[in-house]
Amino acid sequence: MSNTPQTLFDKIWDSHVVKSQEGYPDVVFIDRHFIHEVTSPQAFDGLRKRGAKVFNINRTTATADHNVPTKDQHLPIREALSRHQVEKLRENCKEFGIELYDLLHPFQGIVHVIGPELGITQPGMTIVCGDSHTSTHGAFGNVAFGIGTSEVEQVLTTQCIIQSKPKKMLIEVNGTLEKGVTAKDLILYIIAKISAAGATGYFVEYAGEAIRNLTMEGRMTVCNMSIEMGARGGMIAPDEVTFEYMRGRRFAPQGEEFDRKVEEWKQLKTDEGAQFDVVLTFDAADIKPMITYGTNPGMGIGVTDHVPTLEEIPATEQPSFQKSLNYMGLQPGESLLGKAIDYVFIGSCTNARIEDLREVAEFVKGKQKADGIEVWIVPGSNQVAEQARAEGLDKVFEGAGFELRGPGCSACLGMNEDKVPAGKYAVSTSNRNFEGRQGPGARTLLVSPLTAAVAAVTGKVGDIRELV
Amino acid sequence: MKETITKLTSQAAPLPIENIDTDQIIPARFLKATTREGFGDNLFRDWRYNSDNTLKADFVLNDPTYKAARILVAGKNFGMGSSREHAAWAIHDYGFSVVISSFFADIFRNNSLNNFVLPVQVSDEFLAKTFAVIEADAQAQITVDLENQQVTLPDGTATSFEINPYKKNCLMNGYDDIDYLISLRPEIEAFQAAL
Ligand code: SF4
Repeated sequence: MSNTPQTLFDKIWDSHVVKSQEGYPDVVFIDRHFIHEVTSPQAFDGLRKRGAKVFNINRTTATADHNVPTKDQHLPIREALSRHQVEKLRENCKEFGIELYDLLHPFQGIVHVIGPELGITQPGMTIVCGDSHTSTHGAFGNVAFGIGTSEVEQVLTTQCIIQSKPKKMLIEVNGTLEKGVTAKDLILYIIAKISAAGATGYFVEYAGEAIRNLTMEGRMTVCNMSIEMGARGGMIAPDEVTFEYMRGRRFAPQGEEFDRKVEEWKQLKTDEGAQFDVVLTFDAADIKPMITYGTNPGMGIGVTDHVPTLEEIPATEQPSFQKSLNYMGLQPGESLLGKAIDYVFIGSCTNARIEDLREVAEFVKGKQKADGIEVWIVPGSNQVAEQARAEGLDKVFEGAGFELRGPGCSACLGMNEDKVPAGKYAVSTSNRNFEGRQGPGARTLLVSPLTAAVAAVTGKVGDIRELV
Repeated sequence: MKETITKLTSQAAPLPIENIDTDQIIPARFLKATTREGFGDNLFRDWRYNSDNTLKADFVLNDPTYKAARILVAGKNFGMGSSREHAAWAIHDYGFSVVISSFFADIFRNNSLNNFVLPVQVSDEFLAKTFAVIEADAQAQITVDLENQQVTLPDGTATSFEINPYKKNCLMNGYDDIDYLISLRPEIEAFQAAL
């Protein structure tokens, strides 16, 4: 071992390189592979064509999430193509011997919610999935990133991936967050500062007091959205908060084995003096509750700020900016505070964990849904839904006039029936405000669960800080 | 026959929009197919078609002038967002072999390279010049030479582009990553056994 100080990223990456050759990308061994119905069928076809088996079924976990209905999950899926895709996943898992957490299975849910909650996601691992938000798992101190279907096929066949090593970025957030300002606001703020392409080509490590003070679920929200600034992935070194979260999880090591593992995991940190290609520093005190106004996640502002004026946008970017505002039906310089909302979506792998639902429930308790507004609360997994019911959150939601639905990706990408109609404004706790993301013509404003809860009960965009 | 990319001279279709995400390239509701074919029909679906499925006359791919284009030229940060390889499949299936932009998202770049779509990253200035050349003459022929890693505009202005030598070799010879990985199987097994 050399004594050169190393980053956490380098430690994990380098220890997983099976082969590194001049002029070739690295061949990296993958500890854990998650699959779902949308990006895997063509990969399984590839295996079949070669007569190949899955390299290691014990390193592969499957669930159905993107297409699944969030109502009447016990009935056959109505939409024929969605049903077909989920059935294909069933057939493929059966044929190749992979464990599937299918609809109604107690462990079913959004792939990036179930991995951590089941303790399958552990510090120090390499993790991939045919889904860009695989970066979520990095919250536990691992190298986790999204891949395409050809790469899914590579991993299924050989448990390895061919990948050029990305550059490294450190993002430090110092200080403490104001009350009502959450992990979601923190990450939306960073993306707004550095743009939706600001970290392309980099793997990000988050550090600093404000990051350390986040719960595991908050850390997952931050790492989840790393991809929205272009990063290959995001990670946070594991600490006591991580170990406490992991303890007793279904597939985590148990008993003495767990304690032994914790000692190992404690070594997973960036050495003093290790070099990053880029270091960025932010102050948590500058962060307000955030909201996006445009059609990429970098187009975000504080809820009390105004949409940029044309003069504030560089000339070369004005056409794209204008196109985006036209789609959103907004004017340059406009304030969003008080803007009337049609839909509220609380869900997705960014913000549909139990803490998110608790936060929303606490705020809406004793309040009523605003007139004319549609509110969808979609838990990230069956376990989250179960926990919510055990804590009586479902009753709180019912009392306010909302409905707790079945788990899945739902209106995050509108592959199932949950679509926002054209021209309607949706305040959403998901991660992408792209044109048509929540349905053709839908207008998405990305926010934290708390800001979404404000919209749900007032029907408008509001400042949570004035209400807590 | 195996598909390869070596050198291509073609008309180019201009899409001077920045931050084109893969949800625009292929919207999620078209990701339900379980094969790789046919995605080209829905390439840029919501920009190409009205909600009643009629064609939008002002979208570049609906303009017969650009019918022969095998090169797509797009604004910076092309392919951001979702990892869906369907985006690369759609571009390939539609008939494009090259995308020129001044910046590409990482996953899209990998997915393209795995599907014989060559991402050519040029400077902002060269990209602006390329758009200007196409605007002046829709029939302008652009040459992309993978072997020499060079793009040349009709007036002879040229620039070089980067590509990993391994990936270049794959594209020029029709190899794919899985063949290479399978050849490493003994090493991978030994690696796993030592964990
Ligand atoms: S919730 Fe949304 S972002 Fe997350 S995996 Fe599902 S579709 Fe992707």
